[in-house]
Amino acid sequence: MVKMVVANIVQAVTMGLRQELARDKNVVVLGEDVGVNGGVFRATDGLQKEFGPERVIDTPLAELGIVGISIGMAVNGLRPVAEIQFSGFMYAAFDQLLTHAGRIRMRSRGRYSCPLVVRAPYGGGIRALELHCESGEALFSHIPGLKMVIPSNPYDTKGLLASAIRDPDPVIFYEPMRIYRAIKQDIPEKEYFVPIGKANVAQEGDDLTLIVWGAMIKTCQDAIEKLNNKYSVELIDLRTINPYDAETIISSVKKTGRCVIVHEAIRTSGFAAELIAAINEKALLSLEAPVVRVTSPDVPFPLAKLENTFLPDVNRVIKGIEKVMGF
Amino acid sequence: MPKKVLKEFMVEYLQILDEEGNCDEALMPKLSNDEIKKIYEMLVLTRVFDQKAFNMQRQGRLGTYIQFKGQEACQVGSAFALQDNDFIFPMYRDSGLLITRKQPIAQVLQYWSGDERGLKSPQNVNNFPIAIPVSTQIPHAVGAGFAAKLRGTKQVVATYFGEGATSKGDFHEAMNFAGVFNVPVVFICENNQYAISMPRKKQTHTETIAQKAIAYGFEGIQVDGMDIFAVYKAMKEAVEKARNGNGPTLIECFTYRMGDHSTSDDASKYRSKEEVEQWAKKDPIDRLEKYMRKKNLIDDSYKESVLNKSKDIVERAVAEFEKLPPADPKDIFKYVFAEMTKQQKEEMEELFG
Repeated sequence: MVKMVVANIVQAVTMGLRQELARDKNVVVLGEDVGVNGGVFRATDGLQKEFGPERVIDTPLAELGIVGISIGMAVNGLRPVAEIQFSGFMYAAFDQLLTHAGRIRMRSRGRYSCPLVVRAPYGGGIRALELHCESGEALFSHIPGLKMVIPSNPYDTKGLLASAIRDPDPVIFYEPMRIYRAIKQDIPEKEYFVPIGKANVAQEGDDLTLIVWGAMIKTCQDAIEKLNNKYSVELIDLRTINPYDAETIISSVKKTGRCVIVHEAIRTSGFAAELIAAINEKALLSLEAPVVRVTSPDVPFPLAKLENTFLPDVNRVIKGIEKVMGF
Repeated sequence: MPKKVLKEFMVEYLQILDEEGNCDEALMPKLSNDEIKKIYEMLVLTRVFDQKAFNMQRQGRLGTYIQFKGQEACQVGSAFALQDNDFIFPMYRDSGLLITRKQPIAQVLQYWSGDERGLKSPQNVNNFPIAIPVSTQIPHAVGAGFAAKLRGTKQVVATYFGEGATSKGDFHEAMNFAGVFNVPVVFICENNQYAISMPRKKQTHTETIAQKAIAYGFEGIQVDGMDIFAVYKAMKEAVEKARNGNGPTLIECFTYRMGDHSTSDDASKYRSKEEVEQWAKKDPIDRLEKYMRKKNLIDDSYKESVLNKSKDIVERAVAEFEKLPPADPKDIFKYVFAEMTKQQKEEMEELFG
């Protein structure tokens, strides 16, 4: 019998990191407050005590530096897992990820590679300070050489994290902080993998394909529940933004003929646009209605008092579904 | 209450060989006559290469090329203190460094002709691909040094950058991490006085680049960057210190870019002929030659043979470069990920059928 442990997403991150630190001595965890403090969200809780300060490294407060030195570590034989405290602070390190991490294999013609994971809590809905709630996943989908992963539940979190750490190329790992502790699941204590690049059909259905990732999956599940079997919805959790699973999406849309894509990020050049282009290229003739996007508007993420105005909610998702179904 | 002095700092300057080839024997690093000759031969080879590459660019046989004339001692002198297994994280003006570090000359030319294959390090050395965006390679050196320390590989890591790079955050964050984690890294600033048109004095308000190390808690030294012995000695000591676990060093090589910033630049717009002539008198190769004449290590026939041999090596490399097969167009997909994505496979199919 497989031993199961009840865990939320944060605990699944810790379990995944512990498993990989124990397995491979070249795995190191580094970032601001990840050691003694165990991370501001406790994602690295207890790991420094267990593996020592040379494996779980408290760094100076400098995002560019954290990612920049992680790249050098990866080039010289380590498997760094860097934590950026909030995804809104990733942009200081954006240059390093874009100009180097994703290009090392190509520029060295395979002599060097960059097996690096950069983890960051992302997304809104936690009433945090400015720039603590960004959804910048589409930015990272536009950088060749980088993979971009977003789990939405504890099982996928541990399995995807193990895959990311063992991946030979750099992976950005965005953790939906709104549901960090909202979902609990029984997950296997022993190692298992959720493959990068494979979407999850979370619920099968025939009338409509609902594509979503991160914390919005919860909103979409609530919307489906509220619709109370009015439509048979196929819910797809994308899980990997880049390289995304076109096959699963296309075969679902071919089956249902209708599609709604929901994301927290703003609309223009959001990742839904890419998915709609893929549907247009490969499933246009199956469509019964134009694909609808339910997204945040093209404005900066507002402070806590208006964040619920900004973020898609159950009613907006239902409105999107009704628009497609009523076309 | 009177103010107290908490800490006082000083910045050292090292010169061993003056412009006339006079040497301070007390400071002279341990180098055999054969080693001095080897260094001289490498200096000449890199200069011959630099001139040839410049000419080839003018003839349309290379793309944009970045000259390093004047900075040979910084690159050759420091590389001589490194082992093959050590890492370098160079910048674009470091072709002389790469050649000293056994990067085949044909490959260096291949890179400047616009072909990534030229960046691939030979297996027995660790030459990281040169960085084009200024300063961005400096954190990588700190990470590679950190890895060397944690893995116990005994490697030392050297990173190279100009004085302009010290204005960027990458430099400061890397220096700070290096101090905090006491990593085996040598930071080599080739202070050639100009970042394209911007003179050193407008780049930073500090009198030296070397003193910036003080803020990060480790040693910085300024050396005469056209004095091969000073560069070598400072580097040798910094490398030994790093290898023994005693942390990083910043070496500011005070030098001059004799040529334009690049083959697309015209330096006469922002600096005078007189200034360039003054610096030419400090030339690293002339200076070493004067020293070698005093020590009877060089005569006219040796000098000529070194020059001819260098020209021969470079010409053979040019011929080899020009015979290299063109890159397979499909290579643009081959090295992005360890395994091509489905999207890439589709795009490749679309592009090549």
